[in-house]
Amino acid sequence: MKDILKGEHVRLGAVDHEELGRAYAVWNKDSELTRYLDARMVSLHSTKRISNFFEKEMEDLAPASHYFTIRALEDNRLLGDINLDVINDWGSRDSFVGLGIGDRRDWGKGYGTDAMKVMLRFAFTEINLRRVTLTVFEYNPRAIRSYEKVGFQHEGRLRSALLRDGKRWDMLYMGILHEDWMKLHQ
Amino acid sequence: MKDIYRGSLVRLCIESPEVMAKAFVKWDRDTEQHRLADSDPAQLWSEKKIKEFIEKDSDKPQAFRFAIRTLTEDKLIGGVGLWVASWTHADTWLGISIGERDHWGKGYGSEAVALAVQYAFIELNLRRVTLGLHAYNPRALKAYEKVGFKMEGRVRCEGQRDGVRYDCFYMGILRDEWLAAREAA
Amino acid sequence: MLDIQTQLFEAKDVRFGPIDHETHPEIESRWTHDAEFMRLMELKPVRPLSPAQVKKQYESIEKDMEEGKNLFYFTIRAVTDDRLMGKAAVEWIDWTNGNGFLRLGIGAEADRRVGYGSQALALLLRYAFGELNLYRVTAVVPAYNDGALRLFQKFGFVEEIRRRQALNRDGQLWDLVSFGLLQSEWREQNGRG
Repeated sequence: MKDILKGEHVRLGAVDHEELGRAYAVWNKDSELTRYLDARMVSLHSTKRISNFFEKEMEDLAPASHYFTIRALEDNRLLGDINLDVINDWGSRDSFVGLGIGDRRDWGKGYGTDAMKVMLRFAFTEINLRRVTLTVFEYNPRAIRSYEKVGFQHEGRLRSALLRDGKRWDMLYMGILHEDWMKLHQ
Repeated sequence: MKDIYRGSLVRLCIESPEVMAKAFVKWDRDTEQHRLADSDPAQLWSEKKIKEFIEKDSDKPQAFRFAIRTLTEDKLIGGVGLWVASWTHADTWLGISIGERDHWGKGYGSEAVALAVQYAFIELNLRRVTLGLHAYNPRALKAYEKVGFKMEGRVRCEGQRDGVRYDCFYMGILRDEWLAAREAA
Repeated sequence: MLDIQTQLFEAKDVRFGPIDHETHPEIESRWTHDAEFMRLMELKPVRPLSPAQVKKQYESIEKDMEEGKNLFYFTIRAVTDDRLMGKAAVEWIDWTNGNGFLRLGIGAEADRRVGYGSQALALLLRYAFGELNLYRVTAVVPAYNDGALRLFQKFGFVEEIRRRQALNRDGQLWDLVSFGLLQSEWREQNGRG
């Protein structure tokens, strides 16, 4: 039985709500990041408020929510977070996944792609889901490519679902089935 | 001291939250009435919920809500209210709706407003009354002018309905000018 | 065109009405015992509810509407005798982006497939676009709900997303389909430019 929480560049670790709250208070200052992660308006919150948010999330969503921090393998540095929300876990075994790499200096280095690979392995071999879904904004091509690399297929888009900078953008839906994932890992 | 709640067509009175809630459920069905009186989206609250809203509002010391009844048939036709924006500045908002559409355009509404304004000035001793209305409601504009309200401003594109942006007017009446008009009359 | 006179909540045979906490819980409780209806209406596992449990749900809906301001819920009544026939709602509203999700259901089998759903959807769309001023609306339909698929297609909704095998019911895997309609498309279709 191998260590399924370990990837090639990152590992998935526990969430300490204070640590993550402190990190996001800094990362949120970069509105490019928040505009990739959140469809709602960007806003700034205090560290305490963010910490409280994560603490509550952990309590409310467990056990259907699997929340991890993303840490660099080489020095255990906190890079971001990734979480999987199992919906319909009584029969359909579908889920939503979302991730963020906080500091823009860490973007484009493969950390996000690696974290997603680890999460999918967890989803399909540890909690036995049948499919994983995600949404990604049309104006985030780097993320779209990363998800395609990992095996997600395009399933459609909510047209003009986002209004930012006076322009309308689509919200893309991508999904990967257990059998899709199995084929990639034969 | 005369009866300041009584006019020549209507009187202002207080009704139980149950009676008002039942009336509002009936009047809320008429979305033309709602869209002339209110900028919030038309909604159909249950009688239970409306009763809660009224009771909560009644607890507020700065809210004065009245029911409007006709003198001839004692029919409950609508409501008028004052919401004091600031005691230190002695300024209040006024809102009115006539739920019974066959009582529109006959002077009932403007008299109810006049009675509420009178209450604001001689019983609450406020200095001014403010109200807002939709630019698409000319009947209301005439009624408020009849009572003595003066146009104070136009907020452009304040709201949108049916894909069309509309303006809102704001009108006010000052105690001094109201008293002067009474002297003259 | 601003049309204050045309009633938002009245159609030919159906109208929208408020929740009646006295008489509706029992009727809705009966619907929740009809698994066929519930499987068309809900994605989560069917669960019959007592009138008391329905009443609690109604209270929570009105509380949600009061506090959250992103849910607008209506009961569907028959114009003739005001009887409760179904429910309609605009929910999960994201105001900054102008999006909302639609929900619509007719409870009794006898009331379906006679055009009431179309009348209710027409009212709901006018409300979403003409009173809430949303930019677009979405409807999520399980692939086995032919009635709903046909209804949204009839109204010019575009199939936007197909989540493959997202539902597992009756030992079979079903896609979950999302339909979308933009306000501009709705205005064009209805000559309301």
